[in-house]
Amino acid sequence: MTDLAHIRNFSIVAHIDHGKSTLADRLIQLTGTVAERDMKEQLLDAMDIERERGITIKANTVRIEYPAKDGHTYVLNLIDTPGHVDFGYEVSRSMQAVEGSLLVVDATQGVEAQTLANVYTAIEADHEIVPVLNKIDLPASEPERVKTQIEDVIGIEAHDAVEISAKTGQGIPDVLEAIVTRLPPPKEGDPDAPLKAMLVDSKYDQYLGVICIVRIIDGTLRKGDRIRMMKTGGTYDVDDVGVYRPAMTPVDQLGPGEIGYLNASIKQVRDTRVGDTITHERRQCAQPLPGFKPSVPVVFCGLFPVDANDFEDLRDAIEKLALNDASFTYEMETSAALGFGFRCGFLGLLHLEVVRDRLEREYDIDLITTAPSVVYRIHMRDGSVQELHNPADMPDLTHVDHIEEPRIKATILVPDEYLGDVLKLCQERRGIQLDLTYAGTRAMVVYDLPLNEVVFDFYDRLKSVTKGYASFDYQMIGYRQDYLVKMSILVNDEPVDALSMMVHRDRAEGRGRQMCEKLKELIPRHMFKIPIQAAIGGRVIARETLSAMRKDVTAKCYGGDVTRKKKLLEKQKAGKKRMRQFGKVEIPQEAFINALKMDS
Amino acid sequence: MPSITAPAPSSTSSAASENWRENGFGLYVHWPFCQAKCPYCDFNSHVAHGVDQRRWADAYTAEIRRIGAETQGRVLGSIFFGGGTPSLMDPETVAAVLDAARGSWAWANDIEITLEANPTSVEAGRFRAYREAGVDRVSLGVQALNDADLRRLGRLHDVATAKSALETARSAFDRVSFDLIYARQDQTLEDWRTELTEALAMAEGHLSLYQLTIESGTAFGDRLQRGLLRGLPDEDLGADLYLLTQDLCDAAGLPAYEVSNHSRPGHKSRHNLIYWRSGDYAGIGPGAHGRLTLNGMRLCSEAPRDPASWLRQVETGSAGELPRERLDEAAQWQERLMMGLRLHEGIALAADAHRLDTQALDELVEAGFVEADAGRLRLTSSGRPLLNAVLRRLL
Ligand SMILES: Nc1nc2c(ncn2[C@@H]2O[C@H](COP(=O)(O)OP(=O)(O)OP(=O)(O)O)[C@@H](O)[C@H]2O)c(=O)[nH]1
Ligand SMILES: C[S@@+](CC[C@H](N)C(=O)[O-])C[C@H]1O[C@@H](n2cnc3c(N)ncnc32)[C@H](O)[C@@H]1O
Ligand code: SF4
Ligand SMILES: [Mg+2]
Repeated sequence: MTDLAHIRNFSIVAHIDHGKSTLADRLIQLTGTVAERDMKEQLLDAMDIERERGITIKANTVRIEYPAKDGHTYVLNLIDTPGHVDFGYEVSRSMQAVEGSLLVVDATQGVEAQTLANVYTAIEADHEIVPVLNKIDLPASEPERVKTQIEDVIGIEAHDAVEISAKTGQGIPDVLEAIVTRLPPPKEGDPDAPLKAMLVDSKYDQYLGVICIVRIIDGTLRKGDRIRMMKTGGTYDVDDVGVYRPAMTPVDQLGPGEIGYLNASIKQVRDTRVGDTITHERRQCAQPLPGFKPSVPVVFCGLFPVDANDFEDLRDAIEKLALNDASFTYEMETSAALGFGFRCGFLGLLHLEVVRDRLEREYDIDLITTAPSVVYRIHMRDGSVQELHNPADMPDLTHVDHIEEPRIKATILVPDEYLGDVLKLCQERRGIQLDLTYAGTRAMVVYDLPLNEVVFDFYDRLKSVTKGYASFDYQMIGYRQDYLVKMSILVNDEPVDALSMMVHRDRAEGRGRQMCEKLKELIPRHMFKIPIQAAIGGRVIARETLSAMRKDVTAKCYGGDVTRKKKLLEKQKAGKKRMRQFGKVEIPQEAFINALKMDS
Repeated sequence: MPSITAPAPSSTSSAASENWRENGFGLYVHWPFCQAKCPYCDFNSHVAHGVDQRRWADAYTAEIRRIGAETQGRVLGSIFFGGGTPSLMDPETVAAVLDAARGSWAWANDIEITLEANPTSVEAGRFRAYREAGVDRVSLGVQALNDADLRRLGRLHDVATAKSALETARSAFDRVSFDLIYARQDQTLEDWRTELTEALAMAEGHLSLYQLTIESGTAFGDRLQRGLLRGLPDEDLGADLYLLTQDLCDAAGLPAYEVSNHSRPGHKSRHNLIYWRSGDYAGIGPGAHGRLTLNGMRLCSEAPRDPASWLRQVETGSAGELPRERLDEAAQWQERLMMGLRLHEGIALAADAHRLDTQALDELVEAGFVEADAGRLRLTSSGRPLLNAVLRRLL
């Protein structure tokens, strides 16, 4: 067990791509935690999707040991966090488990929207913050200017910010010293008190079952202990405790201030809830921890197995995945066209795509994703209020009094020269300007926007109109009434529920036209022509026709080509599996999300 | 599909073992060398210098004897030298192959012996010697009747040379066909109308007209993937080019009898009909495929693709083949449909009619893509350009 004074727990936080994971690499490397030959870039981004997209999705904990200049060896538990808005819940949860944060700021970019958002979360978590200016190896870096900006925009002291290059390793020893000298040790903890541990995160391992990641507050956790989850009431025998270095490494015990994992052969996946307090069955602690603020999903969509027989597998997969992602919600749903599936809630569209990809890859299930939607409030004539998660469930209009939609407060930081484009984009999306201020050559724009105009493609559009120079963060601010209608999509004259959506009446024609055009590109030609229509109630507001296929024939096929051609046909037929049949029409599963991504 | 090396002995004769009588029996000989590799070509062809033709002639001979022994008593209806560029073979090599084939099988009176030739002057010089060895039909790879396009296709000849090679071929052989590739980069309907009209005036009994296919693993395939192959026709232009081709050829008396093959009555390629009618064929030479019905089983053969390995294998006394595979009834039906529907005559529906998805068939008939009557199944003129889609529905 380590003396509290020689423990430092901290999270590494920053705007996306400012270099958190690369800094974690250097800290791991310099402390010799991982053998040189096993090092690779962004070592902690172990998931396939993380490596493909080059971003962190899951927070990761690592324990490293650092012999400091004061002659003591410190145990450092670092948590590398994701930077994208959609994974903000990972960050806020991680912060609850530690006492300080390294705030990484890319010295070529300066303060961005998530830098701000992370600072606020860190202050709320009562963290000590050490600013770290990264990428000083780049000629475009301007550490002095960025320090001033941090002080002006964020309002925290920055003159002693650590200047580093996570790429070259320059300044990393100073980061390690700053961690031990400037971040606080864990607040008191008594190794002999009843066990009080925070269930920070969990995941499902195919071989080991449920693994819990815990932070010990009081008491001592040992192998063989019988523990109790205070909220769900489950009791288990601990098979193993250990720490991540970053490979799972068993230890004899975990004491106050330490972060590690426990494995207790938990079979009931549902019994594990992040934020729960773990204690000993025999000697329970008096007061559980307050737990985490629940995450509030903002985008919903249906996930259905392509093959209806995979429903039970999907249920199992979703439950296991949810263990590792506390910010996504799910409940069972049935659809006339798609059968049994789940209505799931996410923190944004990237989050949705990541969850879908993980389900498909890690659990090998082909999925149909229905058109994403935000949650509307339907005020009925009789005074009751219904929450509408799925446009397909829109009640009969004769009973509806009015509809409210969720609104957000969006904060956008943008260099002057793109300000006009950003304002235009926000206006087009029915935004109301709340504030506009300048910090140096950058403008900070605050808008009140309808969430449904933002979740699907706003971020992509913002990036493209500002050539990637704008950053963006948002918070929910409440509901407001507006003139909203349900738009249905008919493919080959049959309504496709999974494509229906809520739109503002004034934007309906435009959206309808774009949707039909988009679907015309996304649906492959069939042997007959296919009308694609958008309608409000019974009235068609937009229409496109997908022409019939005109040519699909192999030019050359002789004796030597038969075998190859047979394989090609089989491959094409396998491709059909990724389509869903609606009447006579096959719609590729990507179409349901991609149709919503608009070009303007 | 079980993989077997030798056909299991069984008491003879099922309907299938007589297959070769009904749909023909042919020999395909693959010559894997070319003077240069064309950027669109994914055939098993290699550029090589100093090929020792004596060794190749011996290896072909050994292979013919081996397969001849398995197929004793059959009557050979056709021989086809394909490539690569078989017109790079010494006439002696061709003669040696034909001698071996004469020693292994009885020949039909009207046996067809075709050789694929590139239309350069060097090769045209050998035509008469091929005729003397026994070749009676050539298929010339003219590809285009405009020099700029020939260069883009990486061909070594120009239009004038191709025309004179065609003349030489005509004086040497009874039957001459030539190939053109269309739906090329930047080719308009009008360009093709002019070019095809000229080609039809030159054509005698047979003409092959292929739409350019970009195959992965070729130079064009790589360029397309990198977005550098521009000006290819889209689906609609491809369809219009195809329709124009049918119209012009019909009017000139050379209607299509297969997707890309046109002929006057009596001039179809007998060898290729064996493939499309699912007859039997022995395939020898690197990468050659064969289909043989032996002891009531339909077997697929395939030779190693690499020329040097194939040669070594045959010279050390092994069979120049990979382990054969047996095609079960369902796979045979699949091949029969895939190949047979390429022909305007379609396929005969007999005992295997039950394998058809009747609902799919009804829909396709209803939509006017397919006709089923008089015991035959065939595509209509509107179904033909959609053959792959029809097959996906039916299989
Ligand atoms: N030149 C230079 N590049 C760096 C430095 N640090 C990180 N990078 C590069 O910046 C990119 C983003 O680095 P990451 O470490 O993945 O950033 P991150 O903050 O973890 O990103 P998310 O987890 O997705 O938010 C990578 O291409 C790194 O190689 C640095 O000090 N100098
Ligand atoms: C075996 S190949 C080549 C024969 C001969 N070596 C030649 O090039 O003339 C037979 C014919 O297939 C056609 N062909 C080859 N590759 C093609 C492609 N990628 N697309 C369309 N036709 C092709 C050409 O017309 C060629 O003449
Ligand atoms: S097209 Fe003919 S000449 Fe060209 S590489 Fe292919 S086989 Fe050889
Ligand atoms: Mg990262």
